[in-house]
Amino acid sequence: MATTITKTETLVGKRIRRREDPRLITGTATYVDDIQMPGMHHACIVRSPHGAAKIKSINIKPALELPGVAAVFTGKDTEKVGPVPCGASLPGLRVPHHHILAMDRVYFVGHPVAVVVATDRYIARDAAEAIEVEYQPLPAVTDPEKALASGAPAVHPEWPDNTAFTYHQEGGDVDKAFAGADVVVKQRITSQRLIPTAMETRGVVAEWHTGDRALTLYSSTQIPHLLRTLLAQMLGLEENRLRVVTPEVGGGFGSKLNVYAEEALMGFVAMKIGKPIKWIESRRENFTCTIQGRGHVDYYEVAAKRDGTILGIKLKLIQDLGAYHQLLTPAIPTLSVLMMPGLYNCQNIRADIVGVFTNAVPTDAYRGAGRPEATHGIERMVDILAAELKVDPADIRFKNFVSKDAFPYATATGLTYDSGNYAAPLEKALDIVGYKKLRAEQRQARSEGRFLGIGISTYGEICALGPSPATPAGGWESATVKIEPSGKVTVMTGASPHGQGEETTFAQIAADELGVGIDDVLVVHGDTAVVQYGIGTFGSRATAVGGAAMYYAIQELKEKIKKYGAMLLESDDVSFSNGACVDNKTGKSVPLAQIAAASYRAMKLPPNTEPGLVATYFWEPPNFTFPFGAHIVVTEVDRDTGAITLKRYVAVDDCGKLINPLLVEGQVHGGVVQGLGQALWEQAVYDDTGQLITGELMDYALPKASNIPWIETSHTVTPSPVNPLGVKGVGEAGTIGCSPAVVNSVVDALSPLGVRHIDMPLTPEKIWNLVQAGGGKA
Amino acid sequence: MIAQDFEYSAPTNLKDALGLLAREDTKVLAGGMSLIPLMKLRLAAPGQLVDIGRIADLNFIHEEGGTLRIGATTTHYQVESSPLIRSRCPLLAEAASHIGDIQVRNMGTIGGSIAHADPAADYPASLLALEARVSLVSSKGKRDLPIADFFVDTFTTALEPGEIIQAVIVPLEDQSVGTSYQKMLQPASGFAIVGVAARIRKSGGKIAMARVGVTGLTGKPYRATAVEKALEGTAGSPPDIQKAAALVAGGVDANSDLHASADYRKHLARVYTMRALAIAASRTA
Repeated sequence: MATTITKTETLVGKRIRRREDPRLITGTATYVDDIQMPGMHHACIVRSPHGAAKIKSINIKPALELPGVAAVFTGKDTEKVGPVPCGASLPGLRVPHHHILAMDRVYFVGHPVAVVVATDRYIARDAAEAIEVEYQPLPAVTDPEKALASGAPAVHPEWPDNTAFTYHQEGGDVDKAFAGADVVVKQRITSQRLIPTAMETRGVVAEWHTGDRALTLYSSTQIPHLLRTLLAQMLGLEENRLRVVTPEVGGGFGSKLNVYAEEALMGFVAMKIGKPIKWIESRRENFTCTIQGRGHVDYYEVAAKRDGTILGIKLKLIQDLGAYHQLLTPAIPTLSVLMMPGLYNCQNIRADIVGVFTNAVPTDAYRGAGRPEATHGIERMVDILAAELKVDPADIRFKNFVSKDAFPYATATGLTYDSGNYAAPLEKALDIVGYKKLRAEQRQARSEGRFLGIGISTYGEICALGPSPATPAGGWESATVKIEPSGKVTVMTGASPHGQGEETTFAQIAADELGVGIDDVLVVHGDTAVVQYGIGTFGSRATAVGGAAMYYAIQELKEKIKKYGAMLLESDDVSFSNGACVDNKTGKSVPLAQIAAASYRAMKLPPNTEPGLVATYFWEPPNFTFPFGAHIVVTEVDRDTGAITLKRYVAVDDCGKLINPLLVEGQVHGGVVQGLGQALWEQAVYDDTGQLITGELMDYALPKASNIPWIETSHTVTPSPVNPLGVKGVGEAGTIGCSPAVVNSVVDALSPLGVRHIDMPLTPEKIWNLVQAGGGKA
Repeated sequence: MIAQDFEYSAPTNLKDALGLLAREDTKVLAGGMSLIPLMKLRLAAPGQLVDIGRIADLNFIHEEGGTLRIGATTTHYQVESSPLIRSRCPLLAEAASHIGDIQVRNMGTIGGSIAHADPAADYPASLLALEARVSLVSSKGKRDLPIADFFVDTFTTALEPGEIIQAVIVPLEDQSVGTSYQKMLQPASGFAIVGVAARIRKSGGKIAMARVGVTGLTGKPYRATAVEKALEGTAGSPPDIQKAAALVAGGVDANSDLHASADYRKHLARVYTMRALAIAASRTA
């Protein structure tokens, strides 16, 4: 009988370094562009230089005459492919037919017009420049409010009002709430278009296996299985003859939670030429042709009692959709409406969305996807209300939080918040930052003519997307757990991690559950030929939904393990713990590896038990999870230049139980940095003709490591009752909590000048102009 | 980078390099921090690139005849970290430390930067304040030019076809001179929205010499001589500096773009001139 090793420590909760890192750091990981195949051809896409134009003619001859050019395809060739799918459905939604290559009209700068296929990518690019496209430029419109004005150029001639949809949602009695209010505050608040800028641009390799009539498509995507289902439809291919492989993905942030024209186009090309084809997106294409985020103009009204009690919230939301719907484009602003009340006990809400077509690349999910906009709105409005009532912004939040005894809490927007203690992270953040002392320092600074600001944001979010009825394509997740004959554990998750670190966190959970070492567990994902159907990684869902699926698969396996253990121990009273089955009467034990070997060798089987140790579990979550937290930012404004210095950044997040605090902090850091990007630097700027002015990293200001302050992170832990792991999700928290804290801080700094609101990004010139305008006041 | 076709050569001596420059569609590669992005965008499409990075004779920092000679391919990092430059021409080291990021400073060179003549580059402000000279060489011979004559216009220099920069010549400073380079950076590119280099010598409690170089404000870096004249002879008190700095943008046709309007740039020029002068004054012995 083998000696039982008692594992005294669990891995869950430990700061374990990512097992993904060695291959990423040493350059031995495989990204799409690392894939080489014999006979592989390269594609370059000809794109519209105009925001709006009619295509009068396309002359592909000069390209075809270049040595090395194998083929050129235009919209006529690909007319029957597609369309590019929109997965969102809203009543009365206008869905333009989204061909993979333009037909007779282009709708945005970067709109694909033709594809050149050549033996190398240099020839392909030269040939693309040789193609002569004659355009008749048309007036364009890129500002969503201008697009709604009468007489604006029509993005799609069939819908001259540029309105893709309107959407109304209401809860409680808003009119009564406003009628009975002591005070109503109103503000127009924008969330500018952002460019997701994953470090790895998109890329596709497609290989057609003529003999098998099967297509293998490698794509840098967050959703391999959904991509397979939708691409098969676009290409008219049987789904089981399409294999989608997701190699290493160098960042997605939602921009790869999509099905793109280029993915179908490469499938089409591979099938046409019978050779492998590769397309790697340039940074310029990434900026002009990959979805962008945000793009809101919001008109808020908040009604309150004189004591600060919030009575009602109204929102008119204008969503810049761009020229088409990508996979989730029209659904994103509906997430903003769901999150409208934030953490506050307000049962009277009214929201009206107008989705607007513009001559720009579509907007869609970008880290936070609708929730950062909603949080920015409500957190700005609460500060504006506090300023109006002359009360402390922390106090007004404590006054309005949903009480910790009120969970599960039904919101006026139809959600049920799972669990929460909203005061806890704010109390902790105030304590960490030294709030009272800081306010005293602020008074001192003001007396010296300095602009010191303290900004608070208390955010909530919808994570673990989500119950299937609330999602366009199923909100469950799957896992297969295999205990191999040697006792090694292979986990196949339907989630598709691309930087979040689930190869590590899932191994921690599985190792604890099965009592094995972390190095005995391998987590596999991202290949539809290997992994059972899954949904993917987005919406802070992988651990909360995919991890739960794995947990349940392991529980099934444990029952089977116990049956084999009982058989081997010849006992009817066994338990499984610490990687071994133990006879509860005699204390004798048999280790997992021996049980696994016996289950596959199958000389003898327990009653009603099949050989092998494999379990697959599809888990449907009963609800979303609702993480929350408090961020506090201290800033100082240079009155001579308008430059902002970030002096402190405190982030206290509650994402439920922490599987790996190191990775949680990494997610918070990354999220906060992207939030700072929106608050301070980033903006996709289009001119009136549809040209993207910030079309290169020379002009689009991403945050840099040297711009980022030390981020003081901490946590409170309120487990979620929704899943057995108690986790909530943390991938988007930093982004959602960040931007209102920064803007609240700078507005607070400038409040002696009478400043009440500033739209993002807070550029030094914008701030300096406000200082100039209010110069006499402080 | 999917550039247009080009030929590439990397000669190891100056003579070979100058010979290759005879071809008309040639561009010199001296770090590539500006040229390569332009080629990536196909805004530049030279037929031939002559990489001068392997010519040992162009990479040096040494004293000669009371001046400092800095070879054209000396990287920004070498300038920033050279003990000789840090002690004897600290303004140039300070300017170099503000350029781009670590990767750019390891690749980019002083000759490459000034030959490109980006109106928002960091070096020109300091080189103007230092009254540097540029040593040029071609197969026909050598010539020296004052830096102010070298910068002709936006992206335009006095370099003739077939000619390259051999060295930049700056003065050896003594303790009586105080300098400073102050800059607001463009958040995406790291270039200067406005950058001001100040160089001051004090003598007997008065400003005996003031030199002010400005970059980023207009199409071409310039010396703010009005500021210099207004300051010279004063005690260099804060009001003196403020009064002089107010003149920095006089008559200037200021750049305006997404990152800063013309009026804001002019205002920043005044603020950064004040700051650079104040720090420079505080650094005089």
